[in-house]
Amino acid sequence: MALEQGDELPELSVTPDKYLTVRYAGASGDYNPIHIDEEFAKAVGLPSRILHGLYGMALVARAATEAGGGPASLARLGVQFRGMGLPEQEITVSGTVADAGEAVTTVHLEARQGENAIIREGVAELRR
Amino acid sequence: MALSTDAVGTSYPPVLYAVGREKVREYALAVGETDPLHLDHEAARAAGYADLVAPPMFTVVYSAPAIGPALFDPVVGIDFARMVHGGQAFSWGPLVVAGDEVTTTVTVKSIEEKKGLGFFVFESVSANQEGHTVCVGTWTNIVRGL
Repeated sequence: MALEQGDELPELSVTPDKYLTVRYAGASGDYNPIHIDEEFAKAVGLPSRILHGLYGMALVARAATEAGGGPASLARLGVQFRGMGLPEQEITVSGTVADAGEAVTTVHLEARQGENAIIREGVAELRR
Repeated sequence: MALSTDAVGTSYPPVLYAVGREKVREYALAVGETDPLHLDHEAARAAGYADLVAPPMFTVVYSAPAIGPALFDPVVGIDFARMVHGGQAFSWGPLVVAGDEVTTTVTVKSIEEKKGLGFFVFESVSANQEGHTVCVGTWTNIVRGL
């Protein structure tokens, strides 16, 4: 499927379960207690344990590679982390093709939980 | 607290990470990958790869051991209680597959104050055993309340 300027990527929806942050901590090696310890997270002023920002970025990357034709298609991805992501709430990743050049397709992406944008200003460059 | 820029330009010793098949699978499952290239080594081999293909964002796994010493360097001087991960960018070269040995070197790119926030930017450069650059990462950490 050739992506053209203005195309919207298929929306990716994921609801991380209660223990996702524990599995991601193990998989990634990031054991910061704000992600895995409810009491610690609340003690430092967070509403609850929060998702790893790089987990959200991985979902954005997956949306990009699934649309781009596989892992080899992703040449670059840059994002900004903003609102905190929370377990057990649906995340939706959306993307729009900003430019379809001869060699590179540029896609703008974001990940949201309801009104809360957890990954903003995502820019992916996909190899054609 | 005033920012010190003394650490800008500092590079840390390279860190070698050996990519294991089950680690790739564990990571791929955690982030919900469904592409068989990341989950089924026979499918990956049939597609021409030597073994399971690491998802691009697996870069956080092989580069993290190299990022740690830079983040925690007292000369850099990050106050972790007030730090947030502000932004992240990666550029990828050839795919990493299970069995690869990836060496990552981290450099402090910039330390700047903007509107009372401290911006600490690190660059990671990861190369495989053949010397090909597989990923370059730009890690931006923001410290509030300088």
